[in-house]
Amino acid sequence: MLELLGEHIEKQGCGKVAEKKLLGWREIPIGAMNDRPGSSAEYHIGAWRTFRPVVDHEKCTRCGLCWIYCPDAAMQPREDGYYEPNLDYCKGCGICANSCPVGAIEMVSEVR
Amino acid sequence: MAVQVQQKRTALTGNYAVAEAVKLADVDVIAAYPITPQTTIVEKLAEYVADGIIDAEYIPVESEHSAISACLGASLAGARTFTATASQGLALMHEILFITSVLRAPVVMAIANRSLSAPLSIWNDHSDSMAERDTGWIQIWAANAQEVFDSVLQAYRIAEDRDVLLPVMVNLDGYILSHTVEPVLVPEKKLVEEYLPPKPLWNRLSVKTAYTLGVVGPPEYYFEMKYQAIDAIERSRSKIKEADEVYGEMFGRSYGVMEHHFMDDAEVALIAMGSVAETAYTAIKRWRERGAKVGFVRIRVFRPFPAEELRDLLKGLKVIGILDRATSPGSLGGPAFAEVSTIFVNERQRPLVKNYIAGLGGRDVPFSGFDYMIQRLLEAAEKEEVDVLCEYVGLRE
Repeated sequence: MLELLGEHIEKQGCGKVAEKKLLGWREIPIGAMNDRPGSSAEYHIGAWRTFRPVVDHEKCTRCGLCWIYCPDAAMQPREDGYYEPNLDYCKGCGICANSCPVGAIEMVSEVR
Repeated sequence: MAVQVQQKRTALTGNYAVAEAVKLADVDVIAAYPITPQTTIVEKLAEYVADGIIDAEYIPVESEHSAISACLGASLAGARTFTATASQGLALMHEILFITSVLRAPVVMAIANRSLSAPLSIWNDHSDSMAERDTGWIQIWAANAQEVFDSVLQAYRIAEDRDVLLPVMVNLDGYILSHTVEPVLVPEKKLVEEYLPPKPLWNRLSVKTAYTLGVVGPPEYYFEMKYQAIDAIERSRSKIKEADEVYGEMFGRSYGVMEHHFMDDAEVALIAMGSVAETAYTAIKRWRERGAKVGFVRIRVFRPFPAEELRDLLKGLKVIGILDRATSPGSLGGPAFAEVSTIFVNERQRPLVKNYIAGLGGRDVPFSGFDYMIQRLLEAAEKEEVDVLCEYVGLRE
């Protein structure tokens, strides 16, 4: 079971966070403060995900609503105009699938 | 202390003494909501702001929760802030108090101590601030209007010290101190400016920096962030002493983290806090005159708790009596009792301890009450035994 969990965590990218050296209390800026702007990009919330969005390009009209609605800016346009989730940041909330007017996004379970 | 400075002897209530000190401290932001018996502090400050005597923003908020939140935000933007409250108002601030200390905002707040409902009571005891003793704030408890005034100024110096950066609450007993007129020596503003840290303070909300304040502390980081504030209150110990000593040099008055008398040959001692300690002192003095070896201790700084100072002072005593004007229902005794008792927990030779709970909800503690407490301490010393650990003095059967 533990092995399975470990494999799952590794697949989700959680391992990347765990590998980073955690700072001691003397090394952190005081006052629950983060002094590095944009550093949330380093935090891969994709590890929380239990469902991932899978885009069907046959149905997709490239309207961009999924991109507008995604609360984590994880849904991003590719060069050909189709949208794909960045799985480092997609936490699988399903808002993209819900907002897609043509039903082109399916939420697929991560646990198979 | 022979300090020659111009100080105006002024008749002030404890509350007006707070307002006077805040005026001299040149605060930038005052956010407050009225509550008895604190109201006249912020009423006076509102008047000063309206009359242009203080150049500050006065934010009349809709609750105490907002008052402390506004002070927190303003403080993070580098403003010197002030608020005051009591009782239910302090309880309503509760969650923000933890945030203020860990965010390291040097807010100064006066508490005109009042009991908590129910039953509804506007009268004095120490329940309100005692319930906030674990919020990470520094707590100073004054015994008279002069000390109230002096403590507010000391509070700003302690809070804003770059090695501390913690909020400080100055406690004054509701009515007994808040509404009683006493002579207070008020120094000139120029000297106060010299005593207080220079402005501007650290502005963490400046557009030049892009800090995120009050971040999420996931399990990997919460512990470390919380510990920083624990470390800061430990480091505040030397700064509190320094602020008091420098104040003494400049203005001729210093108090220490505790006050004590008749301790050299004492066999028993009574510990109290706040204005009731002055009655305790007079009662103990009378027993001294009759030859009883009773000592007097008043704890002035309750957070950080002066454990080492008290251990040095109290070791060798036969019995220590601790008077609490607050309760911790279901516990062995009141909060001050619990705190003092732990000082000796690892010592083989230790004094016996005894708790008195009195003066709840504004009930007076008269000399007869203190006579009883002292008599019971002497009895316990003689028998080398404490028969009742916690006694409720002045409670009707």
